[in-house]
Amino acid sequence: MEKLVVIGAGMASGRLLEHLFDAAPGAFEVTLFNAEPRGNYNRIMLSPVLSGEKSYAEIVTHDDDWYAQHGVTCRFGERVVNIDRDRKIVVGENGEVPYDRLVIATGSDAFIIPCPGHDLPGVIAYRDLDDTNKMIDTCGKPGARAVVIGGGLLGLEAAAGLRLRGMDVTVLHLSGHLMERQLDAAAGYLLRADLERRGITVMTEASTKAVRGTDAVEAVELEDGTMLPADLVVMAVGIRPSVAVAKAAGLTVNRAINVDAQMRTSDDSIYAVGECVEFAGQLFGLVAPLYDQAKVLAATLLGDDAAFMPKQLSTKLKVTGCDLFSAGDFAEGPGREDIVFRDPARGIYKRLVIEDDRLVGAVMYGDTADGNWFFGLIKDETDISDMRESLIFGPAYQGGSSVDPMAAVAALPADAEICGCNGVCKGQIVEAIEGGATDLGAVRATTKASASCGTCTGLVEQVLAATLGDDFTLPTAQPVCGCTDLSHEDVRRLIKSQELKSQPAVWQELGWSTPNGCHVCRPAINYYLLADWPVEYKDDPQSRFVNERKHANIQKDGTFSVVPRMWGGITSASELRAIADVADKYDVPTVKVTGGQRIDLLGVKGEDLPAMWADLNAAGMVSGHAYSKGLRTVKTCVGTDHCRFGTQDSTGLGIRLEKYLWGSWTPHKVKLAVSGCPRNCAEATCKDVGIICVDSGFEVGVGGAAGMDLKETEPLVKVATEDEAVEWTVASIQLYREHAKYLDRAYKWVGKVGLDWVRETLSDDVERKALVERFDLSQTIYRTDPWAEHTPRESASRFAPLTDLTLEAAE
Amino acid sequence: MSWIDLGAIEDVPLRGARVVKTPVGCVALFRTAEAEVFATSNTCAHRNGPLSEGIVHDRKVTCPLHNWVWSLETGEAQGADEGQIATYPVMVENGRILIEGDSVRKRNAA
Ligand code: SRM
Ligand SMILES: Cc1cc2nc3c(=O)[nH]c(=O)nc-3n(C[C@H](O)[C@H](O)[C@H](O)COP(=O)(O)OP(=O)(O)OC[C@H]3O[C@@H](n4cnc5c(N)ncnc54)[C@H](O)[C@@H]3O)c2cc1C
Ligand code: SF4
Ligand code: FES
Repeated sequence: MEKLVVIGAGMASGRLLEHLFDAAPGAFEVTLFNAEPRGNYNRIMLSPVLSGEKSYAEIVTHDDDWYAQHGVTCRFGERVVNIDRDRKIVVGENGEVPYDRLVIATGSDAFIIPCPGHDLPGVIAYRDLDDTNKMIDTCGKPGARAVVIGGGLLGLEAAAGLRLRGMDVTVLHLSGHLMERQLDAAAGYLLRADLERRGITVMTEASTKAVRGTDAVEAVELEDGTMLPADLVVMAVGIRPSVAVAKAAGLTVNRAINVDAQMRTSDDSIYAVGECVEFAGQLFGLVAPLYDQAKVLAATLLGDDAAFMPKQLSTKLKVTGCDLFSAGDFAEGPGREDIVFRDPARGIYKRLVIEDDRLVGAVMYGDTADGNWFFGLIKDETDISDMRESLIFGPAYQGGSSVDPMAAVAALPADAEICGCNGVCKGQIVEAIEGGATDLGAVRATTKASASCGTCTGLVEQVLAATLGDDFTLPTAQPVCGCTDLSHEDVRRLIKSQELKSQPAVWQELGWSTPNGCHVCRPAINYYLLADWPVEYKDDPQSRFVNERKHANIQKDGTFSVVPRMWGGITSASELRAIADVADKYDVPTVKVTGGQRIDLLGVKGEDLPAMWADLNAAGMVSGHAYSKGLRTVKTCVGTDHCRFGTQDSTGLGIRLEKYLWGSWTPHKVKLAVSGCPRNCAEATCKDVGIICVDSGFEVGVGGAAGMDLKETEPLVKVATEDEAVEWTVASIQLYREHAKYLDRAYKWVGKVGLDWVRETLSDDVERKALVERFDLSQTIYRTDPWAEHTPRESASRFAPLTDLTLEAAE
Repeated sequence: MSWIDLGAIEDVPLRGARVVKTPVGCVALFRTAEAEVFATSNTCAHRNGPLSEGIVHDRKVTCPLHNWVWSLETGEAQGADEGQIATYPVMVENGRILIEGDSVRKRNAA
């Protein structure tokens, strides 16, 4: 009988032996080595073992009887240390075994991030039964905390299992959304929301710096300094094919052991199967292709013809209640088109990717019933041109209907707040409607909803329409853009009341019809999110107009202009010298005094920006945000310091305000001015906020402008002290930040909500102070100089070309 | 076909772009989804706006100067505008971005 030695008793070799014994019982005398002290079991079912849904006994695939019946010599708990190909001998830890043919099925090793502390007790991978048992043991400790590094399939299954056993679990993930290799951002968002509902904390863009502890794990430290206390750290960041033995034996190994379509290695009597192989440049990490390989290898060993062919793969996550499905390829390559379907009410998202009338990829969350049907279309490369219209609705659907524009509002729960001013929820409005209030006026009268600032009017009307059906005709509100039917005001309101804190949350919960918005809605949504959730939301530069991404104004020839801040219009000889120096150094064609009391350097080359900023920073100057929907300038006049008419320190107040407000983002630009007397040399009466100093105090006006519309400020309040003037100014700007539609200048917003409402709101001492507090909180994050964040070297990547192929061609 | 390595996929921001200088002029290299890249001329056919500075959405870019929207796949102007920009074959392999070499080489008038 031929001697067959198998290294590794894993999922691939288990399947191989089954095929072999079925087809030709007694053809081989088999010796089976396994480093784990046990035989073949269903590794993928470790997750149900961890969560307690299954026991180890239930997942064993081959037991002692089976091995005995087929005459397999089991050498479990013994690692193979060497292969002597000349003598055709396998060397195990406990001795040698000769072979006629040899199968390597060593699988993979879990990758451990080599950060400081990675070898502390309590840091484990998630690969085998021992790891699983260690996790289960730690769960027994009351109040135990686990940090799972890696938000892919394995990490999330570990996290869900640990959580089910009562642990406090945090998942750290390096990229922007979970399972980014299988899911797009929208499905990743829904998955995250589901996990958070189970009490798992998810941190994305979290990079691990070190594991801390003296004798055992105590905490995980992140790159940004955050410390997360931990009794257990599970690293689930990836796997590496286990190829040490094959390499040492001199077999051809690239990223894994190279095999041909018959699973032969570079040595005629040695074969490999499973995760340890590389075929046609491809690696494998799911069982479906390994089973195909096992079948092919069994045929090869028995002298039959068979060839391995990699197929499309689909993925499911084995976390009970998280319904996701992904298959095929949903990125890469031109010529593709998306079909997106969202149902916010039921938390459903589906996206199909089509190329040349064929389905090439599918991502689904919430409702995955049609997953296998789509997967079939992908695998069979079915021509879908006939069913394109209704494709996304699945095999059962005929005909196809458009998505209901009111779905987002209809989906809101009864306790969703609709009117922020008066704290009215959807349920109260529905109740009023059912009680006979069947138009806007009646709803206003009974509930006060939309009776104050009025920005929620659109939402109230949508609730009316959703409740009354055909009995109510919806006035046509201007939607944000083609990606949604909701107006700006509706979106703002819903972001607040539904606590939507990320772009994918907005796209999904409000039923956006595009994968990630467009150039019209994305900057608006980015602003709303950062204004409402300054701490939780991270500003997205890719959702900003080029000026706010490059921190300079783009010019018609693609160059930029640079305006440093000159607080309140005051400068000094050394600042002017520094400006002159950079003008010389970077060949600036034009230096101009602006209408905003500062100096503009025009015609700067994009790649010079970071270096120029560094020079200006060194001279103590910061960005003037001449490009931003944010605080621009605070113009002042010379005031009491020099002027014979000055009544208050207008220059000082202007500088104080500029230093307080700079860096803040607003719906449109915000300009201020402070004049020292009613002669108004700083032109304060045509600014978004303008202050006129008088003998008895400060007159604060709002809603002025001198651009396309010429608007005089309207008097807001008169106060006695400078502190009060600052408080009212800041509070009014915060009110504007929280309520206005993106790209509405302050005067337009005041025109919509009414000066009376603004004044009334700000007159409430508690509310005014709360507005200032919220502004201050936001400023802890945004009062920073964007120029200082871009050191010349680090920014090379954003401001200079990626490569220069003209040089290469010249050679 | 010869493919030229331009750099790592991470060098281009998600929903962003980088410029590549080539003998046929500046090419804008866009990244849309995690691993999806496109290359087009960096020059807007309207009035030469730098397209790499535009907002990238879906598989389109909006020119920063006057908001013309271009398809990254076909190079066609979208909506009511009419025009065409050049596109170049690119692909991602093992995390590297490759561009088809002949497409960016100066052609001799033969
Ligand atoms: C540089 C400057 C002109 C100058 O040389 O003085 C200027 C230049 C531009 N202004 Fe202005 N404005 C400048 C003061 C003003 C003023 C005067 C003032 O602030 O006292 C006004 C009228 C006051 C007002 O804003 O109400 C003004 C009203 C506008 C408007 C109309 C705004 C409106 O709501 O109607 C725009 C268009 C816009 O913002 O959408 C605009 C837009 C622009 C842009 C950013 C056009 C653009 O989008 O590219 C110009 C950039 C030129 C460039 O390439 O650098 N600029 N602009 C001034 C810079 C001030 C500063 O130091 O930051
Ligand atoms: C928790 C978990 C959940 C999973 N869930 C899924 C899923 O849902 N779907 C899916 O498709 N896949 C899943 N997988 C992946 C799947 O389990 C693997 O793809 C599969 O087990 C690989 O099979 P293999 O035979 O190549 O290697 P393995 O099953 O890893 O077997 C290799 C064996 O070789 C032994 N070995 C290694 N080196 C030596 C040596 N020198 N001497 C002796 N023995 C050695 C190892 O101890 C090991 O027992 C999951 C994996 C894990 C860990
Ligand atoms: S007035 Fe018009 S042309 Fe002059 S700087 Fe302002 S926007 Fe430009
Ligand atoms: S230059 Fe591109 S839109 Fe005008």
